[in-house]
Amino acid sequence: MAGYAIEMHGITKTFGSVVANKGVDLNVKSGEILALLGENGSGKTTLMNMLSGIYKPDSGSIYINGEAVSIDSPEDAKRLGIGMVHQHFKLVDVFSAADNIWMGKEKSGLVLKKKRYDEIKDITKRFGFDLDPTKKVYNMSVSEKQTLEIVKVLYYGAKIIILDEPTAVLTVQEIEKLFNVLRAMKAEGHAIIIITHKLNEVMEISDRVAIMRKGEYITTVNTSETSEQALTEWMVGHKVNLNIDRPVVEKTRPLLEVRNLTINNDEGATAIDNVSFYIRGGEILGVAGIAGCGQKELCEAIAGLRPIVSGQMIHKGDNIVGLPPKTILEKGISMSFIPEDRLGMGLAPSMSITDNMLLKNYRMGKSPLIDRKRGRKDALQVIEDLSVVTPSTETPVRRLSGGNVQKVLLGREIKAGPNVIITAYPVRGLDINSSYTIYNILNKQKLDGVGVLFVGEDLDVMMALCDKILVLCHGKVMGVVHAHKTTKEELGLMMTGSLDLSEKYADKPAGLAKDTFFEDENKKEG
Amino acid sequence: MDKLGVITAFIHSIVAINIPLLYGTVGEIVVEKSGSLNLGVEGTMAVGAIFGYICGCLANSLGVGILAAFLTGALCGLLFALLTVTLQANQNITGLTLTTFGLGIYFFVGNSLKGPDWPTLNNAVNVKNGFADLSIPLLSKIPVIGKGLFSHNILVYLGIIIAVALWWYLKHTTLGLKLRSVGENPAAADSVGINVKLMKYVHICLGSGIMGLGGYYMALLMSGSFNSACWINGYGWIAVALVIFANWNPSLAIAGTFVFGFFNTLRVSGSSLAKAFPALLGWLDKIPVQLYQALPFIITAIVLVVTSIRNKRGSSGLPAALGTNYYREDR
Repeated sequence: MAGYAIEMHGITKTFGSVVANKGVDLNVKSGEILALLGENGSGKTTLMNMLSGIYKPDSGSIYINGEAVSIDSPEDAKRLGIGMVHQHFKLVDVFSAADNIWMGKEKSGLVLKKKRYDEIKDITKRFGFDLDPTKKVYNMSVSEKQTLEIVKVLYYGAKIIILDEPTAVLTVQEIEKLFNVLRAMKAEGHAIIIITHKLNEVMEISDRVAIMRKGEYITTVNTSETSEQALTEWMVGHKVNLNIDRPVVEKTRPLLEVRNLTINNDEGATAIDNVSFYIRGGEILGVAGIAGCGQKELCEAIAGLRPIVSGQMIHKGDNIVGLPPKTILEKGISMSFIPEDRLGMGLAPSMSITDNMLLKNYRMGKSPLIDRKRGRKDALQVIEDLSVVTPSTETPVRRLSGGNVQKVLLGREIKAGPNVIITAYPVRGLDINSSYTIYNILNKQKLDGVGVLFVGEDLDVMMALCDKILVLCHGKVMGVVHAHKTTKEELGLMMTGSLDLSEKYADKPAGLAKDTFFEDENKKEG
Repeated sequence: MDKLGVITAFIHSIVAINIPLLYGTVGEIVVEKSGSLNLGVEGTMAVGAIFGYICGCLANSLGVGILAAFLTGALCGLLFALLTVTLQANQNITGLTLTTFGLGIYFFVGNSLKGPDWPTLNNAVNVKNGFADLSIPLLSKIPVIGKGLFSHNILVYLGIIIAVALWWYLKHTTLGLKLRSVGENPAAADSVGINVKLMKYVHICLGSGIMGLGGYYMALLMSGSFNSACWINGYGWIAVALVIFANWNPSLAIAGTFVFGFFNTLRVSGSSLAKAFPALLGWLDKIPVQLYQALPFIITAIVLVVTSIRNKRGSSGLPAALGTNYYREDR
């Protein structure tokens, strides 16, 4: 067939007894953007890793520009003009941008010369990017790192470019910039494959959509002839309701109030700068902001895991500053933070679901020996309530897929019956189905009168799920807006610091409740 | 001996008896820069020492000794690479095993040859003469420090040259850049087409060969007298610590060797210094000998504490992927 840059036929790949890809067919033309869609664990990344030489298929054939090829290593892929921007960037942190590109260059001479910076700068400009070649990767923002990855694959002469969830960690404006780059590359005749979970992006950027489900290829459709609803049904295999509910609940007095909070990060720089907000029972307060704007430090400080510099935090009128994490937990404040690698916080990866349940409640047992029976009962209940897919309660957590790990973590936190839930990125990297399960869990908690602090990434979701949204930019509050009244653009501007609404209403400062408990304190003292 | 002569001798000893540390440290830096933590320095040096010494004496040639020490050291590296890179064995355990294995070989070979057949330096004149001090013209004429710093055997000069050359290699060559990328993030290196396994194999063997040279130096320093204590005597372990002190920089390893060597040499030369300068340094003689023996290890501990405080982001030479095995299909 003419014009196909890549054709994959009957690709099968197994890891032990797990079949990751089963007889998958896929093709992409030059000058086309193909979106690859599927739930978590449907084998999208595995399939792409076979194109980039990380994995070798067990069976099946790959054709590049009509010629049968065997891709045994990333080196082969590079030679064939295939470049992949991985979800977890493959960059050397301590190297400059130029060196990250230079290290893969062939015939680069024996001696490293200063000239390389100029050469990389020229190339970057020619591709239409703006990147300081001497900047070290550890000083770069996520978006800069991604730009570097794209420049890198272009520099090596890639004609086929694969992007694995490139938008997961970008702001709205950065995504728009990325899409313009992709359109420009498409116009130049590159073949582009993009993996994403966000359907609106699929509709916006792609020409065709290939859908996978549980390792199998389902179909490929033209984007212009389909809809988000249809795509979801193909992907999940049954009908799904795509609306996120926002039930209206009777709100209580503020459960958690934070006043003028300032926190330092690990390096001693200010991470959270004079932040005030409150959460009522029956309310979901969203926290929006570019990654690394103090979200992690804020969550840790509330949970008592990080000392604060100044400010006050009260829970139902009681001070919680300086209390040990255990006491804060007993007051009913639970924190679950899903870091980028998903396993870094809250769960012990090598331990079973039962043991991870016990980590939180082992103290309740009366005997000095751990009460495994109760842990197993809790585990079973969480598995049933949140429909966790697992072989057994004794399966190590790291063996579960990302979505199920997150369900276990959230399930355990909710099991303890908290009245304030702090949750950061609970749907990070999750597919639609699992994400909706999580939203439903949070909504159920809200209906039960729990106050939820939801640190999130996807603005569409936050605008649909949250009651109010607090926007952070470099640790400062840019304002608190009502989710149903704001727009994505407004939030985006606030996140980048271009718009500051924190002093919009002089008589009603953002983040201070009218019926605060602080007044009571003052009255008592006065 | 005149008083200045004592100082000159002290300086001379600092260099002469501590250069094996430089070999061990620089060798380990090369290995660690490829992302492999080889704790088998002690064993590798012991193997290089015994084979270098015996081959050198039997052939009556310092060059043959150097070659044999390098090759047998590199062979230890090859074993380590085979186990950790190809077979994905745990690096810590493999390294510790290599130490036991290397010391075992050392004693096995040594004890087998012990007795009247033991090759002595007196019968290998070329080796003995080859190890004699060579004065650098002009520089060695500087009073006091000249003879101390610039009149040494050829292996001292070779060690310094290797250290500086490897510093240049790591910092200023394309291959060095590729090597560092393997040690920092093998997945990133692999994804741009660098042959991670080959890089690791080559540099583990190269580094281990250099450790072997350090062992050979120890053998010659001990004049080849084989007894129940190993010639290496813990230097391999100190080298592992000096890597951290040198911040994975081969030229800083020279400084590290001499700072450490200063204290190490006090153990040997303390009493002669005390005799020469009773008013100023008389107290050196009053320190119990056990403290002197413990000094190298106390200094090592202090050095490790100081260097761990110093670390700032981006300034540490610690390879990010040190100690972890790379397997491309790992999930």
